[in-house]
Amino acid sequence: MPVTGYELTHLQMLEAEAIHIFREVAAEFERPALLFSGGKDSIVMLRVAEKAFWPAKLPFPLLHIDTGHNFDEVLAFRDRRATELGARLVVGSVQAAIDGGELTEDTRPGASRNQLQTPVLLDSITDNRFDAVFGGARRDEEKARAKERVYSFRDEFGQWDPKNQRPELWSLYNGRHRPGEHIRVFPLSNWTELDIWRYIAQERLEIPSIYYAHSRETFERDGMLLAVTPLTQPRVGEAVVPRQVRYRTVGDITCTGAVESTAATVDEVIAEVAATRITERGATRADDRVSEAAMEDRKREGYF
Amino acid sequence: MAELLRVATAGSVDDGKSTLIGRLLYDTKSLFTDQLAAVERTSRERGDGYVDLALLTDGLRAEREQGITIDVAYRYFATPRRTFILADTPGHVQYTRNMVTGASTADLALLLVDARKGIVEQTRRHAFLASLLRVPHLVLCVNKMDLVDFDREVFEKIKEDFRRFAAKLEIVDVATIPVSALTGDNVVSRSPSTPWYDGSSLLHHLEELHIASDRNLIDVRFPVQWVVRPRSEELHDYRGYAGQVAGGVIKPGDDVIVLPSGLTSRVAGIDTYDGPVDEAFPPMSVIVRLEDDLDVSRGDMIARPNNQPTVGQDLHLMVSWMVDAPLRRRARVGIKHTTRSVRAMVTDVSYRVDIDTLHRDETVDSLGLNDIGRIALRTTSPLCYDPYRRNRNTGSVLLIDEVSGTTLGAGMIL
Ligand SMILES: Nc1nc2c(ncn2[C@@H]2O[C@H](COP(=O)(O)OP(=O)(O)O)[C@@H](O)[C@H]2O)c(=O)[nH]1
Ligand SMILES: [Mg+2]
Repeated sequence: MPVTGYELTHLQMLEAEAIHIFREVAAEFERPALLFSGGKDSIVMLRVAEKAFWPAKLPFPLLHIDTGHNFDEVLAFRDRRATELGARLVVGSVQAAIDGGELTEDTRPGASRNQLQTPVLLDSITDNRFDAVFGGARRDEEKARAKERVYSFRDEFGQWDPKNQRPELWSLYNGRHRPGEHIRVFPLSNWTELDIWRYIAQERLEIPSIYYAHSRETFERDGMLLAVTPLTQPRVGEAVVPRQVRYRTVGDITCTGAVESTAATVDEVIAEVAATRITERGATRADDRVSEAAMEDRKREGYF
Repeated sequence: MAELLRVATAGSVDDGKSTLIGRLLYDTKSLFTDQLAAVERTSRERGDGYVDLALLTDGLRAEREQGITIDVAYRYFATPRRTFILADTPGHVQYTRNMVTGASTADLALLLVDARKGIVEQTRRHAFLASLLRVPHLVLCVNKMDLVDFDREVFEKIKEDFRRFAAKLEIVDVATIPVSALTGDNVVSRSPSTPWYDGSSLLHHLEELHIASDRNLIDVRFPVQWVVRPRSEELHDYRGYAGQVAGGVIKPGDDVIVLPSGLTSRVAGIDTYDGPVDEAFPPMSVIVRLEDDLDVSRGDMIARPNNQPTVGQDLHLMVSWMVDAPLRRRARVGIKHTTRSVRAMVTDVSYRVDIDTLHRDETVDSLGLNDIGRIALRTTSPLCYDPYRRNRNTGSVLLIDEVSGTTLGAGMIL
């Protein structure tokens, strides 16, 4: 059988695997949705989805859980992309849930709305009867994610049971579930941060400007660089300094830190990511630094 | 040379699998400072006398508390030579299904043995599973050499014991390396403690290995995954069949047969978002258009008229059984094979393999949790399949519980 040639590049292999996953889900589930936040991973995921169903349109809507604490650039980008694709956008709003009294906000200093995303996500899934939800999470992001299957089974409370995951063999995905249960699907499981950036370059994907170096008023807190915004104000003793920064992840403003950077183009970002010595979440996400098992605990409760 | 190598660890609990993965990541400087700091902190808090590199992959709370691996962890790293996906799997017999999960997609199994204990039942079970899953390469790492004074005789004895056992298996390529995952000997660079060993370090071996591809580029197999009908004005007549090539090289103009219907046509074109292509081969995801308007749907298989898979309802399989409830004759199960889902009845439990001796026990009439054996099935409608040894994609099946939806076992068609 030794035929030589016929090799794909690493990115082509990852893309082919992700396209296969998208099509399996579209074929076997009744009501999938794709979580689209306007962040770089979901932008890449959306492009792969576009490729999977081309020349037809996406056979499912986009879903965004809006904490109400998002970067304006990112929301504008999200809306524009949905319009371009002719895709339906479903927004689950944390602010609306707070205003409606369904959720109570923790207003102590340092609190973020991150935990509040989970009930809103679960409500959106129930209300829309979604049975499969695509997420852009990658296994290289965090050690609990490193353990998660491509098809991550969730019970009727949206919970992940890490000690009792279904075996996942070859590329034969088992999507069976009962009414009320659903599956989170991670087509980019095997991609690394560097793969994401290389794909952004290869596909010439547009991403929100905050991923590139720009100048911002910033201050340091708990070893993270936070931007001065209406939601994140320096406390006494926290010096405000203008810095050249960019974001490696884009989440809730209140808990997403920036990194100092001069990388203004995709190629410069790739060079920087290739040389970096700290994980993207370690550098920039306060929500993951709460404890050793912060991510696992949130995922058990139904977080992405 | 292929740039990506998928590696899965194997071997008994505590033989050092997670530590070895941690060591590889550490010594290739693939770790980030915050990851390392977290591991150092946890080791210190637990009162370990050293930095426990196993914590790098044992990411679940329960794993860290118990100091064991429960489920597969995937880690990624690259050297200038190659990109690696490392699947660190659990050693407990109880979690065999998770080991199989990691090994089912691996190009290479890193089988660890504790030099003090030698080959034990789990070593044999995992070696057998790796061979059954047709993982093309195996590296036997005789670990904890530091605890046996890097004694050559200990190493040679284990190597010989394994050679004798593996002779009965279908493992094509075996390398044996004396290592210490804890101290790093022979992991990334050759160790001065083993002057008698003239092979390469583990990393060097992984980087230089010529990967025997498990892809079949001979037999055209295209399981139809999704029928593309845009139904928009400009693409009114577009009709294509989306899927991932499971075998062979497909080209426009090829005569093809659609199975199980047996209708024939010719490939009109192969499309992708990035434009048409002249040929499609595994694992490309593409759209195949045919010249004729046939009735083709998900679950059908496109092949060449002169090279067809078996189309049938009676299958003989080797299965790795993954749940407590035993597999018995007459059991009804769901089957997922390529893109086709059918129901089936178990018509025979032929034998169970004794892991120690690889002897076939034909007296059994059921398979229990973690057993490996041969069964026969009759499906409600035909499948288009090949022997697993010929094609991993068209020779593998999932056995599924029709009520709960859980995966019951992995099947490899004989
Ligand atoms: N002395 C010594 N101890 C080791 C070595 N490799 C692993 N260990 C220890 O063996 C124990 C089990 O290791 P672990 O990596 O968790 O084993 P696993 O169950 O195969 O993943 C831990 O206490 C390790 O520190 C080695 O090469 N030498
Ligand atoms: Mg382990």
